[in-house]
Amino acid sequence: MESQIQQTLHFPQIDRVIRREGNSPEALIQILHGTQEILGYLPEEAQLYIAQQLKIPPTKVYGIVSFYNFFTMKKAAQHVISVCMGTACYVKGSGLLMKKLQELLGTKAGETTEDGRFSYREVRCLGACGMAPLISVDGDIYGRTTPDALPEILQKYTDQ
Amino acid sequence: MKIYRIHALICAGGQCISAGGNDFEAALRTEIQKHGLEEEVQIVETGCMGACEMGPMMVVYPEGTLYIHLQPENAKEIVEEHFLKGRKVHQLMWEKAEGHFPTLNEVPFFALQTKIVLRNCGVINPENIEEYIAYDGYTGLAKALGEMTPEDVVAEIEKSGLRGRGGAGFPTGLKWKLTAQAKGDQKYVVCNADEGDPGAYMDRSVLEGDPHTLIEGMAIAGYAVGANQGYVYCRAEYPLAIQRLQKAIQQAKSAGLLGNQILGSRFSFQLQIRIGAGAFVCGEETALLSSIEGKRGEPRKKPPYPATCGLFGKPTLINNVETFANIPVILSKGSSFFNAIGKEGCRGTKVFSLAGHVKTTGLIEVPLGITMKEIIYDIGGGIPGGKVFKGALIGGPSGGVIPSSQLDVPIDYEHLNTLGAIMGSGGLIVMDESSCMVDIAKFFLQFTVGESCGKCTPCREGTRQMYEILDRISCGEGREGDIEKLESLGKVIQDTSLCGLGQSAPNPVLSSIRWFRDEYEAHIKKKVCPAGVCTMTKITTNKEEPRRGRKKASTRTIT
Repeated sequence: MESQIQQTLHFPQIDRVIRREGNSPEALIQILHGTQEILGYLPEEAQLYIAQQLKIPPTKVYGIVSFYNFFTMKKAAQHVISVCMGTACYVKGSGLLMKKLQELLGTKAGETTEDGRFSYREVRCLGACGMAPLISVDGDIYGRTTPDALPEILQKYTDQ
Repeated sequence: MKIYRIHALICAGGQCISAGGNDFEAALRTEIQKHGLEEEVQIVETGCMGACEMGPMMVVYPEGTLYIHLQPENAKEIVEEHFLKGRKVHQLMWEKAEGHFPTLNEVPFFALQTKIVLRNCGVINPENIEEYIAYDGYTGLAKALGEMTPEDVVAEIEKSGLRGRGGAGFPTGLKWKLTAQAKGDQKYVVCNADEGDPGAYMDRSVLEGDPHTLIEGMAIAGYAVGANQGYVYCRAEYPLAIQRLQKAIQQAKSAGLLGNQILGSRFSFQLQIRIGAGAFVCGEETALLSSIEGKRGEPRKKPPYPATCGLFGKPTLINNVETFANIPVILSKGSSFFNAIGKEGCRGTKVFSLAGHVKTTGLIEVPLGITMKEIIYDIGGGIPGGKVFKGALIGGPSGGVIPSSQLDVPIDYEHLNTLGAIMGSGGLIVMDESSCMVDIAKFFLQFTVGESCGKCTPCREGTRQMYEILDRISCGEGREGDIEKLESLGKVIQDTSLCGLGQSAPNPVLSSIRWFRDEYEAHIKKKVCPAGVCTMTKITTNKEEPRRGRKKASTRTIT
């Protein structure tokens, strides 16, 4: 089992993260950040491996991963759309953007479209309240977004 | 040193970059090169200038011409007309009245502010330590190390009257004194940069626009309380802020302003960044400390306070970014300078992020004691689209709403408390008549339900019950007595929750009931939403189930 895991995952990369952040339980969150940056998510195998390396129970690692919103155990879609749900965006209609995305993509928030291309989700304030309401697609910010502007934005990524 | 004829300051704050500021800058550089003006025009990338509504923006000195909403195609005209021929490009400027194009200092949004915390934001290049030093940077630290004992520094901060800018307004000097007096061989200074209030982004702007002021403030704090190690706990959502702070720490180390034996003294101070992972509760100090220790961010009961038993069980001083940003100025200019601003009991300034239904949104810094009216109408330019002001949300999910009848009340910690709101971290969201108070209360409750860590029952279960009542009111299924139930439940949650998150979670609901009870009654009795926001019927949407706080608290599934 163990050798199988080692083949499927880039463990040397996780090792490098652990070396950089320090091999101690208090560095756990920073190590998970580094790992998610490389893998895009935190699969169970990676969590087990980190637990082993830090000599802590795997439940402890899972406890952290499941507590913090930033960590995810799901493989992300090709393009992730984040709709800011800060107060400023909300009063300026970010709820309508969620509705429109659901209509356009035909999936629930957090789910990936059948072709694996898109997923959308609500996120906490992105701290760009002057441009409310805003969405971010793969980190590109679109400020003052209206529901009508969404098809055009999505098209850009469909073509990629 | 090179002398330039023109200095073009381009805002490189997060929002202006997001709005395409980099593309404009690249185009401007190309045009300048094309016309051979490299020796005459200096482009400076600054931190956030504050008027995020107008971004991407640029200020051209010496005169202070303000260009707004810039696109790459505008670069050619600005270079050919303004930089070459000295003719301002009026259609790219902010127009106050017909034909009148004010310079930066004449625009009310900028002119009416008093800047201490944001003094360098939008003025200097945040990635260049020399520019910070040129603007009196690190003189506060030099003065502390060279001329003052740690006790003197604490006394100076006490005299200044500074209170914590993270929300509760605890006197900063007292906090420093308690940590300084605590016994322990190892002490820590921690900066709370986990800016979780949805709608507040002043800490982000300081980190991105003037990271050295935070470093200096923390080093001074380390000297005052006897700590040689500092941590900045920053949100993962702010990658640019983290990057600039990292760079600034490196620069300060190379310059001998951080690290061992700072400025040749016996004081050493190390600074490290810890990246948060998205949990609102980590803004609570004990939860934040748990998170730095690599654990789940769950608060614990107080006392003991962090001042005596904090990070790794050692005495720890925790302040937020804005509080630390005040420190260098208090030291270099003296407590009497700071004490002259604001009013009795709340000295200095406060940064607000003005957003929502207001003409000019952005970050503003004003003296404490100013009225809401001045902020919204004089600085923010009033409500757009001829609509009527309804209320202003202050303090985020822990705060409340200020109705139009209270616009003249001075903004300070005590007055806001009597109105049922709190200062909070400075999120200020203006709402016009198109917003529904029940809907807004529900929005905040949904937030706290989702962010409750689940450790104590009143917060975990109570907020969920309140949310469900609000939900049925907004679906037209409100019952007689629901308002009273919300009030009594809210009171219990306030009184019995373990930490600040739960204790303040009912505030938005209680305050909106207090000022807009008729709106709640219209929903319940007449089954109408006066603002036309609530659907008033139970609709099942495909939407991700939002009320999953309790489940989330135990298993915290992630989307």
